[in-house]
Amino acid sequence: MSPLAAGDDGEPLIRWEWISNNLTDDIAEALREHLILSFTPVLLGFLVSLPLGLACARWKRLYQPTLAITSILYALPAIALFVILIAFTGLTYTTVVVPLTLYTLSVLVPGVVDGLAAVPDHVRQAATAMGFGPLRRLLQVELPIALPVVMAGLRVATVSNISLVSVGAIMGLGGLGQLFTTGLQRDFPTPIVVGVVLVILLALLSDLILLGIQRAFTPWERAGGTRRRKTADQAALPGGGAA
Amino acid sequence: MITFEGVSKRYPDGTVAVDHLDLEIPAGRITVLVGPSGCGKTTTLRMINRMVDATDGTITVDGRNVRDVDPPTLRRGIGYVIQQAGLFPHRTIVDNIATVPLLLGRNKKEARTHALELMERVGLDAALAKRYPVQLSGGQQQRVGVARALAADPPILLMDEPFSAVDPVVRTGLQDEFLRLQDEVEKTIVFVTHDIDEAVKLGHRIAVFQVGGKLAQYASPDELLAAPANAFVRDFLGGDKGIRRLRFTQELEAEDDASGQTADTVADKAADR
Ligand SMILES: Nc1ncnc2c1ncn2[C@@H]1O[C@H](COP(=O)(O)OP(=O)(O)O)[C@@H](O)[C@H]1O
Ligand SMILES: [Mg+2]
Repeated sequence: MSPLAAGDDGEPLIRWEWISNNLTDDIAEALREHLILSFTPVLLGFLVSLPLGLACARWKRLYQPTLAITSILYALPAIALFVILIAFTGLTYTTVVVPLTLYTLSVLVPGVVDGLAAVPDHVRQAATAMGFGPLRRLLQVELPIALPVVMAGLRVATVSNISLVSVGAIMGLGGLGQLFTTGLQRDFPTPIVVGVVLVILLALLSDLILLGIQRAFTPWERAGGTRRRKTADQAALPGGGAA
Repeated sequence: MITFEGVSKRYPDGTVAVDHLDLEIPAGRITVLVGPSGCGKTTTLRMINRMVDATDGTITVDGRNVRDVDPPTLRRGIGYVIQQAGLFPHRTIVDNIATVPLLLGRNKKEARTHALELMERVGLDAALAKRYPVQLSGGQQQRVGVARALAADPPILLMDEPFSAVDPVVRTGLQDEFLRLQDEVEKTIVFVTHDIDEAVKLGHRIAVFQVGGKLAQYASPDELLAAPANAFVRDFLGGDKGIRRLRFTQELEAEDDASGQTADTVADKAADR
């Protein structure tokens, strides 16, 4: 009944009945797990990256070693980490959350450090000269200016986690990837298609939401642009203002 | 009044940026620190608000040793304007200007209203209030920088090459307005520049520094042009030719001011009617 291409054995790519039959339990459950497994590491990674990044920005000599460690961790294949961890933590969420948190760190720590490095020195100096103490300067000046770079890192980490969680399913660790294994085991393409589509949608939607948050919190990023110097220079000339 | 008594600054790397400086900066006037790049002007300026701490000697502001005041408190009472303006890119113009009053815990609405008044005073269209710094030209950003420094009405203003980054035409306009504004507000201003023309135009007194952080001469513009203290100062003024040119422009400025004032008075009277 499906208009989509059929397999060799006449099995259609999508069986809509399967979707409607499994929507509320298997599919919804896989989606819920996938969300938890992708976002928990982002949240944990963020909570660790912020102080770590601040420390690296403050004590520059910490940065290189920290970067080296997180890069090495990043280079380890997710599947290898899953296998190693299963030995200790078994088939639990922890087995997925720990490696993905480490991956998140490797993206977010540089994000925080680069974001803070992007604060122009004259802005920092002006803040100090106006009487901002170190903490107030950090919270009210440096972090807000660093936000776009940090958010960019957060978006990369989120999308990459959403895709990596699928890998965990091969080891039976839950998430939408389970639909792939179900499909492969039963030689039945519908769950695979559903899984792929949902992973892609989830990644797109998460990225869009994060982008929306970023834009809402950084209105100055969109200011300027093409109209930047339109009337500006004339008005600055003597006679343009109150002169 | 700001005084320096035997003040020196040696940076950790051994550079002596300021060497045994004695200086009295009068209240309510513009005092210019001028000299070639690297002669210690910025360091001198920053020792006043303790962005840099002197290694030797005493600096007092109105009789009080700056060392006895906690830096953030000291700084909230001293306006500071720098070359790149140092505006907060993430805050609107009006919020940039209201920065220090808000730090001092003033009412947000009042601070904003006052910021709008200040915009007008420094020659900025109130329509720019809700813009962000990137949307302004260099000259406009400098005006915002000046308004921000004035917002909490500090008695002292430190200005580090505030007009050096804008093109000459805009710079002249900013200088003229700055002088006019100072006539109204009568702040104690310490103004750093490497441009001797600007120093002669703006300064009530001029401190000429030479490399190594030594004060070469401290005098009024007239005295400076009439009697350069040494060969370095004479060279810095551009030799005899430079001195004649500076005197000539100084006279022109004076004439301009005089005629400018009459024009203003006429305009004011017309506005009164
Ligand atoms: N933080 C610093 N550490 C070491 N040397 C410095 C520092 N800041 C300035 N200097 C040096 O001190 C001297 C005076 O610098 P500065 O006060 O910035 O001069 P100016 O403002 O007149 O150009 C220069 O030789 C400069 O290189
Ligand atoms: Mg300087």
